[in-house]
This record gives sequence, C-alpha cells and structure tokens, in this order.
Amino acid sequence: MPVFGRACLIIALALTVYGIGAAVYGARAGNRGYTESARRAMYATAGLVTVAFAVLEVAFLRSDFSFVTVATHSSTTTPFFYKAAAAWSSQEGSLLLWAFLLCMWSSVVLTITRGRLRDVTPYATAVLLGFAAFFIGLLVFSTSPFDTVAGGAPAEGTGLNPLLRHPSMMTHPIALYSGYTLAAVPFAFAIGALIARRVDAEWIAATRRFALASWLALGIGLLLGARWSYVELGWGGYWAWDPVENAALLPWLTATALIHSVQIQEKRGMLKVWNVSLTLATGTLAIVGTFLVRSGVLDSIHAFVEQGNTIAWAFTGLIAICAAGSIGLVVSRRAMLASEHRIESLLSREAFFLGNNLVFIAMTFVVFWGTFFPLISEALTGTKHALGPPWFGKYIVPLSILLAVLSGIGPLLSWRRATAVNARRNFLVPVGIALAALAVSLGLGAGRRPAAELMFVACGFLLGCVGQEFWRGTRARRAMSGERLPVALISMVRRNRRRYGGYLVHAGIALLFAGLAASSAFQHIVTPTLTVGQSASVGGYNIHYDRATANISTRAGSLEKINLGGDLTVRKDGKLVTRLHTERGYYPTDDSSLGMISRYFEGEQTSEVGLKAGTRQDVWTVITPDTDPLRPVISKGDKVFAAARNLPPSMGAALLGTAIRGIVDRYQHHPPPAQFRFIVSPLVTWIWLGAIVILFGGLTALWPPPGGATRRVRAGYLSRVARESTAPTAPTAPTAS
Amino acid sequence: MEAILIILALAVVVWVVSAPLRNPESTDLAPAGDRASLEVAKEAKYREIRDAEIDWRTGKLSDEDYREQDRRLRAEAVEILRELDRLAS
Repeated sequence: MPVFGRACLIIALALTVYGIGAAVYGARAGNRGYTESARRAMYATAGLVTVAFAVLEVAFLRSDFSFVTVATHSSTTTPFFYKAAAAWSSQEGSLLLWAFLLCMWSSVVLTITRGRLRDVTPYATAVLLGFAAFFIGLLVFSTSPFDTVAGGAPAEGTGLNPLLRHPSMMTHPIALYSGYTLAAVPFAFAIGALIARRVDAEWIAATRRFALASWLALGIGLLLGARWSYVELGWGGYWAWDPVENAALLPWLTATALIHSVQIQEKRGMLKVWNVSLTLATGTLAIVGTFLVRSGVLDSIHAFVEQGNTIAWAFTGLIAICAAGSIGLVVSRRAMLASEHRIESLLSREAFFLGNNLVFIAMTFVVFWGTFFPLISEALTGTKHALGPPWFGKYIVPLSILLAVLSGIGPLLSWRRATAVNARRNFLVPVGIALAALAVSLGLGAGRRPAAELMFVACGFLLGCVGQEFWRGTRARRAMSGERLPVALISMVRRNRRRYGGYLVHAGIALLFAGLAASSAFQHIVTPTLTVGQSASVGGYNIHYDRATANISTRAGSLEKINLGGDLTVRKDGKLVTRLHTERGYYPTDDSSLGMISRYFEGEQTSEVGLKAGTRQDVWTVITPDTDPLRPVISKGDKVFAAARNLPPSMGAALLGTAIRGIVDRYQHHPPPAQFRFIVSPLVTWIWLGAIVILFGGLTALWPPPGGATRRVRAGYLSRVARESTAPTAPTAPTAS
Repeated sequence: MEAILIILALAVVVWVVSAPLRNPESTDLAPAGDRASLEVAKEAKYREIRDAEIDWRTGKLSDEDYREQDRRLRAEAVEILRELDRLAS
C-alpha cells in the first residue's frame, strides 16, 4: 500500500494548492461557489491525509518492514501499544501527524463557521490550506513516510528508541501537536480578518474556543513531557529549560496572555492590536515549536531526529513568511485596530489583566532569548553557548511571583472601575490567608530561601482569592435560588463556566507554583556509590542497598533487554518508609562492528526509577550499574562467538542465550558497587495535582454552556433591555440578599 | 489494486470539490453585513451586564457603582438593538 499512501498525499497537495487559489479567487470575485469549493477542498484534504495516516499506522501494527520508516522505528519485539505510537517517533510520521491534526481542526472550524464570517473565512481557509500544503509538501518532496526498502523487506526492524517506550508517548506528542495545530486556527482567522478589514470581535468569538483548546492541549503536552522526564530520563528533574520543552512553552505563554486579554476586547472593544498580535505570535510560535522539535538545530534531550536535516530551511522560510506577513498586516491595518475605549481606572480588572499580559510577554521574551541564545552566540562568536536553568530562574522566578499576585488581584476587581473601599473589603481574606501561608512556611524553615518564601505567600494569596470568589458566588447563588450549598455551587459553575473554569485554573497554578518553588528550592540530592549492604542518607532518610537484581526480558521469543538493578529499603528515624526497586535496561543494538555479546550491553539504555511519591515529599532513586567488571567476560564471549560463526543458527542462538544468562547471573551473585542517585524533593506531587486542577478548570471553561440556560439568560436580558428602550426611567439595582 | 484505489480516490475528490461549481444556485457570495458583528456585540453586552451583576452580588461593586454601570451597559445594549432593528427594516 505505500504507492496508495503516497498517491493520497500527492492528490492532497494538489487539492491544497487548488483550494488556496479557489478561496482567494472566490473572496476577491465575490463568488460563493469557489469559496465553498475551497472549503470542500479542505474536507477532501483531511480525508486523504487521514487515509494516508491509516496506511502508515496499519504498516506499523503489521510490522511491515518494506516501509523504511517502519523498519527503522519498530520491530517485532516492540509492544503492540508502542507500535501504534512508533509512527510519530519518526520525522516523517510526526509531520504526517501534524498534517492530519491540522486538517482535522481546520475542517471542524470551517464546519462551525459555515454561513458566518463570509468575508473572513475564505482567507482563513486559504491560510489553513497553506499550512497543510507546507507540511504535505514536505512529506511528498523531502521526507516521505512511504519510502520502501530497496531489495526487499528485512526480517526484523531496528525497534523504537527505548526512551520513548513510556505511556506518555501515546498521548504527549498528540497533545503537543494538537496544541500547535489548534493555534493555527485563530492565526488563520486573524489573517483573514485583517485582509478582509473586519477586525471586530466576531472572528475572536468564532475562534476563541480554539485558542483555549490550543492552550489546554499545549498544557497537557507540557505536563506529560515533564512527567516523562521525571520518571524516565533518569536525572530526577521535570523541567530542564531544554529547547524542545521551551518550544511548547512559548506559544503556551502567549496563548495564556491572549485568553485573558481577549476578554477586554470582547467587553470593552480595547486592545485590538494587542490581541491580533498575540494571536499571530501564538500561531507563529507554534510553527517555531514544531521547527525546534523536528529540525534538530538545537541540542535537546527530547529531540529524536538526525541533526542538520534539510527541512530546517523550509521551516525557516515558513516562519519568516508568518512573521513578516503578520507584522505587515498589523501595521497596514493599524488605523482600524484603534481601541474603542480607554482604561478608565488603574484599579480595574482590565488594568490588572493588562499587567498580567505584560508579565506573560516578559516571560515569553526571556524564554525565547534563552532558547535561541546558542544560535545567537554561534552567529556572533562562532561558538554555541547555552544558558542553563540558573539563568532562566533569575528572571522567571520573580516574574512568576508577580504573576501569581496579579492573577489573584485581577478577578477581585470589577470591570471599568473599582472603588478603594470595595477593594479593601475584598482583599481582607486573601491577605489573611497569605499571612497564614507566610507564618506556616516560616515555621517550616522556608525563610532561608526568600524567593520560595515569597512564592508560597503569593500562592496563599491566590488560593485565598479563588476560594473567596467561589464562596461568595455560591452564597449569592443560594440567596437567589434557595438551593442547598453544593447544588448552588454546581449551578453557579454551570452557568458561568468561563469565569469559574478560569478561577479553577488559577487555583491549579497556585498549587503548581508552590510545588515548583518547594521542589526546586528544598531538594536534597546525593550520588553515592554503594555495595550491597551499604546505606546513604539524604534529606533525613536512610536508604539501604539490600540486594542486586538481574534478569532478562523477552518478547515474541526474542531478547528485548537485560535489566540490572537493585532493591532498596528507605527508612526515616529508624522506621520503615518503603521498599523501592530501580533498574537500568540494556537494549541490544544491531551494530555489526560490535561482538555478539557486546551488542547486548552497548545499545540504548533506559532507567527505571524507584519512586515513593507523597503529598509532602518524593523519594526518588535510580541506579547506574557498573558493568566494567563484566567486560573481561563479555570480551571473552565475543571472541568465542566470532570463532564459532559457522554454527547452525538455532544452536548459535541457544548458546548465546546461555552465555548471556551466565553473565546476568554473575552480576546478580557477585554484584560490583553501583552508583545511585537519591533525591528527596518536597511537594512534587503538588505539581501534578495542580496540573490536574488546571486541566479540569480548562475543560470547564472550554465546555459549551447549557443551551437552555443560555437561551433563558439571553431572553431575560433581551426583554429587560427592551423594557429599558421604552421606559426612560433609570433601572434600580436588584436587592442584595 | 492500488491503481484502482487511487483512481477511485481521485474521482471522489473531484466530485466533492467541484460540486459547488456545478451548482449554479450558490455562485454569489452574499455581502457580509454588519449584522453578524452587531449580533456578536449584543451577546458580549449581555455577558457584560450579567458579569456586572455577578460582580455586584459578590461584593466587587457597591450598589451605587452597580446602578451606574448597569444603566450605562443597558443603554449601550439598547443602542445595539436599535442598530439591529435599523438593519432589519
């Protein structure tokens, strides 16, 4: 089926080119037939790319090694679950996934906006088809997933990179790519609105949910990536300011700013230039993110591509077009992007939302500069200099503290203008909670890290603000409806999902920031070398190396990996806390320059972390076994098998199995000293809990309001406003209950 | 087999994409009026009225401030409704 898959992509590419032309011609000539045809071109492209993606997936699931990409990224020993995910571990498979997701989201938005935004949608369709053309063009001309192996399919494939054999692999790339591709939707409609000169809030209303979905998907992707890093990479951290991590963080930061500032345009007709610029920046940064992941121009622990590949130039061109086109359009339409109103008071919600936006943009600039500094320094000095976590921390930590404070203040103020008396009354409880957080954290010894201490206080304040909002809203709802408290809470959230979903996100951010501050400021790390029976102390815990373990994992009758590890006992004040097991997996390589035995110890290696996670502290352990004492035996085995290469295959395989089993047993019964990495980090679990709360809040905000309720509210206001239009008397405020 | 599938895919695509061009009823792109943007503005204004009420009920606005804001927002909403009526007539 590779010919059919390739043909689908070629037809899809032709369709995108036709669709771009039809959409632009239809918009210019006012011919609806062509714009409708362009919309259908997007649907048909989506259908063809879906078929192409299905062809590739089937090839992976069937281990069809006649496909080059299957032969180089999968094997018969790759678990079924990971065979499905292996498709996007390759360059060509991940670009196909990008194109597939883009076409899907584009089709969804074009269906939703059918019959609306008639002068904007054709240009947006052309932009979306342009993105699709770029990615499908790469798949057709540069890196095809349907190339076949010359001279027939090999019996076995290389296998999936062992580091990618983690459940997150199934969801992490899909979440990140969904975030990137969803960001293309508001980008396309912003371009369409600017070209069509219709820069009111209509295009924002039509695509706001896509911006929110993009933000949410990027957030999920970032979280899953952090979790993968924590439990799989063997260094004990969840965030390293790695270029690929930053690549997803950049559009997430601008999208977060956009989600806040877009409310000001919807309500006040202000910040039009700002919003359209943020939308365009988010879309462009999504392409930058894909570029960083797929091009390999920056060294990354997350990049699994060959360095210096040719698609880098194509991406650079696309980014340049997106950036230059965006700036040119915004500048040329600046007159019609003027604000309808001005900020009336600095003590208003919009003023603090704007402040929060400025913090996000400052963070974006810091992350952008730090990420691209190696390229900048190389261009200027000829040497790549990377900026490490301390450099990022110097700027991001104070900005995050400020952000937490602003996130708390903004929602407690009313739109337009708040009075000092009301503000004072509203801040009493949150400030009290912040002071309580200060007292508790000082009592626990957090005072020796002032930045962390400040963050705890800011997070306490933010949680106090959110809690107070929920309490007051629920109380008001109960007073109006007479419902019981839990029912009033649920119906209040149901009727104001955007507002209270946002508050939940703020609560999640507070938990996450507190976890980040505690785990980075009060982490204890030791890297002892222990023999069986020895112990090491870390963060008040005693960790004892009980025994060495060694075993062989097999799959589909073949050796999958050799595991060398250790059992540990963790005690605190003499009391048993937990028992942990950590091991290192050695995957065989097909490198024929190595001896038959060496191949089983010189391939890819992965770490299995021994982790005791708790709400207060995590105890994290990993082992790096010393295989040097096994070298003489391995070398001897290599020589024996080199001399016996004419043995019948079945006999050779049996002898090889026996030899490896012997080496593994030798390690277990006479274990050499092993190096360990023990980490005790407080509140790491809060990071994951915060992320779950953010996810829940994001979904709450994203979920459409109940139709009946919306209609009732709309009808109520319609009649009320209609009454006002006939009765000249001033309305009276409803009675507070 | 693959050749038949390719021809089939091509035929379906051409048929689907060219359908609007073969249908003479749908060749005029209706001029986009201001109605759609006024509808969006109306919805936003209703939301603003509702948010002001929530702000008042949760203690962010005093009675006096709320009355003033509510009056102004409703007056703006009335203007939007009148604009919509004018477009409809």
